[in-house]
Amino acid sequence: MNIFVQCGIGVAAVVGAAVTFLTFERPPIETVQRGFRGTAQELVYTTRAVDRIAARNVVPEADPPVDPIGQKSSEVYENVQVLGDLDAGQFIRLMAAITAWVSPEQGCNYCHNPENLASDEVYTKVVTRRMLQMTKAINTNWKPHVQETGVTCYTCHRGQPIPAYVWSTEPGRSSSMLASSAGQNVVSSAAGLTSLPYDPFTAFFRDALPIRVAGTTPHGPDNRASIKQTEWTYGLMMHFSQATGANCTFCHNTQNFANWNDAPPQRHSAWHGIRMVREINNTYIEPLTPLWAANRNGPPERGSATMSRLGPHGDALKVNCASCHQGAHKPLLGAPMLSNYPELNAVSSQLPRSASMTPR
Amino acid sequence: MSMLSFEKKYRVRGGTLVGGDLFDFWVGPFYVGFFGVTTMFFTVLGTALIFYGAALGDTWNVWRINIAPPDLSYGLGFAPLKEGGLWQLITICALGAFISWALRQAEISRKLGMGLHIPFAYGMAVFAYFTLVVIRPVLMGAWGHGFPYGIFSHLDWVSNVGYQYLHFHYNPAHMIAVTFFFTTTLALSLHGGLVLSALNPPKGQVVKTAEHENTFFRDIIGYSIGTLGIHRLGLFLALSAGFWSAVCIVISGPFWTRGWPEWWGWWLNLPIWS
Repeated sequence: MNIFVQCGIGVAAVVGAAVTFLTFERPPIETVQRGFRGTAQELVYTTRAVDRIAARNVVPEADPPVDPIGQKSSEVYENVQVLGDLDAGQFIRLMAAITAWVSPEQGCNYCHNPENLASDEVYTKVVTRRMLQMTKAINTNWKPHVQETGVTCYTCHRGQPIPAYVWSTEPGRSSSMLASSAGQNVVSSAAGLTSLPYDPFTAFFRDALPIRVAGTTPHGPDNRASIKQTEWTYGLMMHFSQATGANCTFCHNTQNFANWNDAPPQRHSAWHGIRMVREINNTYIEPLTPLWAANRNGPPERGSATMSRLGPHGDALKVNCASCHQGAHKPLLGAPMLSNYPELNAVSSQLPRSASMTPR
Repeated sequence: MSMLSFEKKYRVRGGTLVGGDLFDFWVGPFYVGFFGVTTMFFTVLGTALIFYGAALGDTWNVWRINIAPPDLSYGLGFAPLKEGGLWQLITICALGAFISWALRQAEISRKLGMGLHIPFAYGMAVFAYFTLVVIRPVLMGAWGHGFPYGIFSHLDWVSNVGYQYLHFHYNPAHMIAVTFFFTTTLALSLHGGLVLSALNPPKGQVVKTAEHENTFFRDIIGYSIGTLGIHRLGLFLALSAGFWSAVCIVISGPFWTRGWPEWWGWWLNLPIWS
């Protein structure tokens, strides 16, 4: 064997050993059985991953409840449009909580003009009103998904003005003279590093293209869904899995994906979640786009939150499953944070005065 | 079944692994041996237990009969007979029968003074089964991770295990195993085609030789692996297919718990991409 062959074998052995020992996980692992024995409907985690998820989902300590002052906040303060029915004491408690949840670094001035707290001149205050109404809508209209656990600002924001998990429409990949890549065949971080379609969100979380592709009859003539459509659905499903930290069998018995009878109840919850996300994006977030367009880099007191408020196509940063779930099967592992802040359910659903909805 | 006149001289004593002359005889064409007896014992007992399990179930539809492993909560302990204990006993019987069969092959090979290639090759299939129902369940901490015994039920298990890792085609060992399976069929079809073409010349011509076979491949791809080499290659390809199948399932769970596409992150993160 000549020296080159020997060197080649040596290099291959080192690379092979590195891949084998550095890229995999190792026992101990934890499994959760979720179906009849032997059906392999199981969740599989390493013990270390479970610890990491737990550490990432610690709920901040609740502010101590305050005694009511006995006066409505709308009577004490000016220009209180959606929280006017709250007791003035609770109002201040909620303001402090929102600051801790959303802009702890930037403080009150992220939304308020310190010279005149009642003024709407900082656009983020106008955004916050709609976000408060959105939170109430989620907690009251979308119980099939959020149950009694509900959500707070912290569920998505986690101490950051821009939530860590948001999306905007992907700019298409130019394929010049090649055939169109049909939105796929590059590494898709949205779809768990597969080559599946890289922007399932615009199709399914803004638009409402059909997700179901399986027919109800074998080789039925009525089913016109293509393999390509199926890959879009698969891409979306990969996102569900990434967002919840659960595998396909969390919601499906994969012997028949379409069948609801053998599907775990989580699939029902997810069905409502898809529609909830669409409503959040189309009813609450998209209409605020002009405000972000006028303040692309955020309010004056943005601190370190300098990221663009719009995506490359000029559309708003929208939500998907990961915005709340952040890798946990229940956001914040199901901690009932909302129960400590009943103020969030006292938000008025009346649309804020339209004048303040336009950028100044 | 009658015996050919020359067969008698290959029926030699000795070569047994255990028991000396015990069971060292033939019944009709079949060599019995100690491991022939243990094979029969485990096969009959295991099959009877399968029938018992089927009788406990709610169907005699041969596609739907299902003998499932225990709940995960039993861990690596014994489960009650009707709640997975049967699966455990049947697994013991299956392994007893399969391993006995391999050892019987070894004894016959030794009697004939042959190499142990056949028991080794068969042993690879047994190893893959052993990986599925023993090694992986032990690494994951429960017998319940084994696959159920039933035609449809084991297919459903395969499907769900695949989707536990989101997209099993991204499993690197699965990729290697599938490649070996396809290459095995390619090599076998080339070999079969080549031999038959040499042995079936046009009417009136003599049968061709191994040199013709070698020349054909040298002409077409510049190299012939040779008459012995093709069988070495065939065995290597087939055993590799089985071996990497065992690897691809034993790493799914014990050594990777997330989606297989995500495993490729290390590759995507190499500093060689722009």
